[in-house]
Amino acid sequence: MKRQLPLVLVFIFGVFMIFQYFVPHESSEWIFEFLLDWIYIIGIFAMALAIYSLVRVSWDKIKHRRENWQYAVMTLLGLFLMVLFGFDYGRHFFSAEGLQNFMFRHFFDYIMIPIQATMFSLLAFFIASAAYRAFRARSLLASLLLISALIVMLRFNPYLGPVAEYMEKTASWLLNVPNLAAKRGIIIGVGLGIVATALKVILGIERNYLGKD
Amino acid sequence: MKLKLLIFLCLLLFLIIPPSWGQEDATMENPADTLSIPPPAPVTNLRANDVDNDHGHAIEVRWTKSVDDGAGLNNVFGYVVYRALSPEGPFEERGRVPIGEEYYNDVGSKEKESIAYMPDYTNYFYKIRTLTSDSTIFRDTGVLGPVYSYGQWFNKARIPVLIFVAGFLIVTLFFISKAKSGADLFVRQLAGIEAVDEAIGRATEMGKPILYVLGLGTASEIATIASFTILGRVAKKVAEYQTGLIVPCYDPIVMTVAQETVKASYMDAGRPDSYNDDMVYFVTQSQFAYVAAVNGTMLRELPATNIYMGKFFAESLILAETGALAGSIQIAGTDEIAQIPFFVVACDYTLIGEELYAASAYLGREPILLGSLKAQDYAKAAVIFIAIIGFITVNFGWTGFTQLFEVPNSFFSQLFGGPS
Amino acid sequence: MNIFDRMMSLDRRWVFLFLALVCVITHVVPFSIPIIITQEAKSIYSFIDTLKEGDIIFMAIDYDPNSLAEMHPMTYAIAEHAFRKKLKIIFTSLSVNGPGMADLAIRDISDSVKIGKTYNGVYYEGREVVNGIDYIFLGYKPYPALVIVGMGQNFRLPFPTDYYGTPLDEHPIMQGVQNYDQIKCVVDISGTSGVDMWITYGQGRYNFPLALGLTGVMAADYYPYLNSGQVFGILGGLLGAAQYEKMADNPGRAVDGMRVQLFAHIVIILFIVMGNVGFLLSRRKARKD
Repeated sequence: MKRQLPLVLVFIFGVFMIFQYFVPHESSEWIFEFLLDWIYIIGIFAMALAIYSLVRVSWDKIKHRRENWQYAVMTLLGLFLMVLFGFDYGRHFFSAEGLQNFMFRHFFDYIMIPIQATMFSLLAFFIASAAYRAFRARSLLASLLLISALIVMLRFNPYLGPVAEYMEKTASWLLNVPNLAAKRGIIIGVGLGIVATALKVILGIERNYLGKD
Repeated sequence: MKLKLLIFLCLLLFLIIPPSWGQEDATMENPADTLSIPPPAPVTNLRANDVDNDHGHAIEVRWTKSVDDGAGLNNVFGYVVYRALSPEGPFEERGRVPIGEEYYNDVGSKEKESIAYMPDYTNYFYKIRTLTSDSTIFRDTGVLGPVYSYGQWFNKARIPVLIFVAGFLIVTLFFISKAKSGADLFVRQLAGIEAVDEAIGRATEMGKPILYVLGLGTASEIATIASFTILGRVAKKVAEYQTGLIVPCYDPIVMTVAQETVKASYMDAGRPDSYNDDMVYFVTQSQFAYVAAVNGTMLRELPATNIYMGKFFAESLILAETGALAGSIQIAGTDEIAQIPFFVVACDYTLIGEELYAASAYLGREPILLGSLKAQDYAKAAVIFIAIIGFITVNFGWTGFTQLFEVPNSFFSQLFGGPS
Repeated sequence: MNIFDRMMSLDRRWVFLFLALVCVITHVVPFSIPIIITQEAKSIYSFIDTLKEGDIIFMAIDYDPNSLAEMHPMTYAIAEHAFRKKLKIIFTSLSVNGPGMADLAIRDISDSVKIGKTYNGVYYEGREVVNGIDYIFLGYKPYPALVIVGMGQNFRLPFPTDYYGTPLDEHPIMQGVQNYDQIKCVVDISGTSGVDMWITYGQGRYNFPLALGLTGVMAADYYPYLNSGQVFGILGGLLGAAQYEKMADNPGRAVDGMRVQLFAHIVIILFIVMGNVGFLLSRRKARKD
């Protein structure tokens, strides 16, 4: 029963969603909208489980003073402070003020934004080091890749003089013809894979997500 | 004296007479009698019908534009669509249409509480007003109606999708039955999956844990579902070899499913007591905060093997490069095309696109799963064949073939009785 | 280890250091560089430029603070252009930290539009943009696919109130606006997978004109959609934002950032060349030996 019930539910709702795509009538729309609300509710319950998991793991590290337990303190501090400031602590404790709360906005503008922007900026450095390691003319194909990469990187360089126009045209051709052809091939394969896997999940052929028999 | 009185009375008469005497009447009923701009010709061929392939509450109104629109008198400024519940009115303005246009979609709300509520099966009457730059000079058509809106039970414009899904299902069932009857279905080697066992062995020898990252997708994403399958296999091996496993999760629902998967694998391996819920934990739903946490875990725990399977975005290179810095073997698989090059460059093995979806069939070798994989391959071959035919027909100037595959599809809509 | 081996296997920290130095120097030293305009960026600018006063556009601010450097200039450039032309904007956000980004952008753009300026030879008088009349911010809801589909039926379905708690029907801008049919176009400024949702569940289902503002890394992947007509324009990364700023005659952070990006690219190319020179010469030496 523990496995049968989820499989039946997956089948019923999977088939309904396929059915709903082809039936525009208001009645099918009404059920679809009802199901959308349920997805939000399930997501909220799952979020409660997730927060419990995070708190438990962090608390366990702090309690037993495991290695680098101080990071766990920062994790919990960040979590609870942002929740606290997300409410208007002064007057309307149970109304979510979010960005209208001064401290919440302060934390967001001066901690969250710089930290996240910094993490993304790491990408620039990692791309440089990855490109330096990867773009080597080891073989004919690798050499073609190297030349293509150089052309595409230089295509919007305004200092190329008379070569700029040809560089831009070559780069556009590289992006719009061989690159696009390869991507479309992968997209078609991925699309078919998605349809096949979705059908397998709906028909109960793919069951790994349910756990043990 | 009498003369002076007469003159005074005449002057008084001029004062009390309305100043409009002798001028044209501004409230004349027929504005067409004004001499400033001639009235335009009205639109012709006015017709209205329910919008096809929708949930109702919409009527499309079409007409042939006025002969004075861009030609003739060339004094048309635009059109106004009016609607009423009876032919006598009162008419309310529903929308304005610029010159040259011959179509208006009168859409209402299905919500009874909304001010824009437009009930189905209610008779409506329409007329079109042709405007000039002078708002008092216009021409109306006669009243058209009654016409009512209603929802359709089948969207004919999506028939190509239905044909494809039905065809794919039939092919899948055929190959599944073929596989069940014992036919040997060949699947080529996937280096990334073959390397998983070797990587787990390496981790066991080194006494280091394995880091498994499920990606940033939700549990409904196919890539994440495929990743659960591989996680199950990895977890089973890890349980058998008594190696550590770390699975930081981005999505709460993914975390709960991953916990179930890993727990089941430990039970399958006969080591339920070795399972700990803290192996699979939630981190955060913020992309780069998640990356920072995983990177920190990599640099502190120094896992021997990093496995990235699922949906990844800009953080893929940061994860892979940090893993390379930590000296781990890295195996990646994603269907995000933009991230595949980064994984190829920074990881030891990469599953590209649909190879990730094939993993469940490849690992289990079950006939059912292999059969569906074969069906996928044949469907791909069919797509290639159709694409070649489409390419040839378009180059010879015939677009009819490619139009069969458009969505929304007007060919099937008209074929099954929709408006043109 | 000879010089060629050193060139080939330079410690990555030298790469990081040199790149950081070049970025800092080019940021601090002011100079301008020419910006080349691409067709895909021009399409978006031309579309918005030809809209009439009172037309409504929809802007989805679907990026997090990590993509701020690339995405914020795009949002600023497009929204300011729209407000100068007296278009109305419906903002929403389908990423977790998006409301913060949208809120920041709306505040800054509102201040900027108050000042009269001349763009492309046309003087635009300063004006106050009012919430509920000139724009509305719907806020954030999770599960982007569901929100996009819900908005296709009625904006009030996923967003019965705006971000500040006011029912949508109380805003003049939402009078007569049900769903995408009343919107001239959707501009999705995104650094996340929300883009795929807009293309599949939004444009694929409801057929509205869709333009994308993407990070540089993502932009190349969405050219198939541009070629197939599902998307009518793409702004790719900081370059895309700089192109829009140039076309709108409103140079800002993107145009400033382009000189850093240009020289960073040159540095990366130099390192690649150096690595390959080392590799080829090292291989030749090994063959000789």
